[in-house]
Amino acid sequence: MIEIRNVYKSFGSTEVLKDVSLTVPPSRTTVVIGPSGSGKSTLLRCCNCLEIADRGEIRINHRTIIADGKPLPDKELNALRAETGMVFQSFNLFPHMTTVENVMRAPVVVRGMAKAEARELAMGLLRKVGLDDKADVYPSTLSGGQKQRAAIARALAMKPKVMLFDEPTSALDPELVGEVLQVMKTLAEEGMTMMVVTHEMGFAREVADTVVVMADGRIVESGSPEQIFTNPVQERTRGFLRALVDGHLAGARPQPVADDPLDTLPGNH
Amino acid sequence: MTLDFAPVWGGLPELLKGTVVTIEVTAAAFLLSAVLGLLVGIIRLNPARRVLYGIASAYVAFIRGTPLLVQLFLLFFGLPQFGILLPAMLCGVIGLGIYSGSYVSEVVRGAIQSIDRGQMEAARSLGMSYREAMWEVVLPQAFRRMLPPLGNETIALIKNSALVSLLTIDDVMREGQRIISTSFRALEVYIAVALIYFVLTNAATWILRQLEKRLTVERG
Repeated sequence: MIEIRNVYKSFGSTEVLKDVSLTVPPSRTTVVIGPSGSGKSTLLRCCNCLEIADRGEIRINHRTIIADGKPLPDKELNALRAETGMVFQSFNLFPHMTTVENVMRAPVVVRGMAKAEARELAMGLLRKVGLDDKADVYPSTLSGGQKQRAAIARALAMKPKVMLFDEPTSALDPELVGEVLQVMKTLAEEGMTMMVVTHEMGFAREVADTVVVMADGRIVESGSPEQIFTNPVQERTRGFLRALVDGHLAGARPQPVADDPLDTLPGNH
Repeated sequence: MTLDFAPVWGGLPELLKGTVVTIEVTAAAFLLSAVLGLLVGIIRLNPARRVLYGIASAYVAFIRGTPLLVQLFLLFFGLPQFGILLPAMLCGVIGLGIYSGSYVSEVVRGAIQSIDRGQMEAARSLGMSYREAMWEVVLPQAFRRMLPPLGNETIALIKNSALVSLLTIDDVMREGQRIISTSFRALEVYIAVALIYFVLTNAATWILRQLEKRLTVERG
């Protein structure tokens, strides 16, 4: 579980997070939505100290990872990060390693796992995300959707207790979004604790246990998907959702708010 | 005026012996400069470590801002005043290595900084320490980008090594001068010496290019 308490963060003179508090309960999926620049990605990155929160406290599985601008000492921080999977918008696969090496490298380096064992683990995870046939190719030959699925497998190889997703489908061609969301949905169903920053309203609606709306560095509203999408209380939330629908109607945003992209998937991976 | 290459042919064994010394000096200096360049380049990535960063920056500024010949003479003629009497060969290798290392460090730093930040972040997010992430993820990628500029540095190093002849090291340059002092055929001998350097620099370039090619092919 993730507990965020009164977190502040500034970049220079720009206040990006202003007194944000949020709890991501265990085995639940919390989806954070909101306009660009609302601070949602920064909030997510603060959760494994890729950004250092200036004030406040963040706890992962009851252990403080950062309090009042002071992160854990390096060694403990590394250990905690190993248990906190992170998936990036731009995949960040290691281009000099094959797909399976990408997945098995961290268990070997960080956990000291034997290579054969790590390879077996990695192959199992690649099978899970439908990429076992791509194990021995380099990431440059993969499609965007395949890259992101490989990146998810890489994060899972560390057997994380919490998964953070930073706009995992925003860099993908629209037709590749579904395959990544399907993998994430499976994870959620298996009881993974997930915090997902996304613009995929269909995913938020179907998979999220809680939807959190951020704007201007604050959480303006949070609740069940039904509540947020059908009966939002805050004007900011309504404005944001309206803008999404308008954008969609204008063709600017290919993901529909009403329809679920998961429905169009050709079966399970 | 006629050219007479007879002294060159006659002195060929000495010239080749000198060439071997040149290769030895250059290779040893290359290793030193690689180690030094890697360390200093990585240290200079992080100004937050003030003392180390300060020392590394002063090193780069001083070495790049003064002539190699002066540095070599400081080692060879200057240090004995402190009772430190290093063999000529050691002075040559250390001097060349330190000099080249300052340039290599900038190559290393530039190559590392050109690697997308997300690579380091992804490695750290998996629990790798800074050192592990650097070694496993960033440096292997940066290494490939270092090769072309490193080729230039290697060429400069080979050519600069001619200066160690002034430290009484019997490299190809000094062997050439020795032949001239008895034959007085400066033009012919220096042409031969220049040709030898030409072959050495191009051989080094070729080797580095093969390495670069292999790394490219390996990644599909």
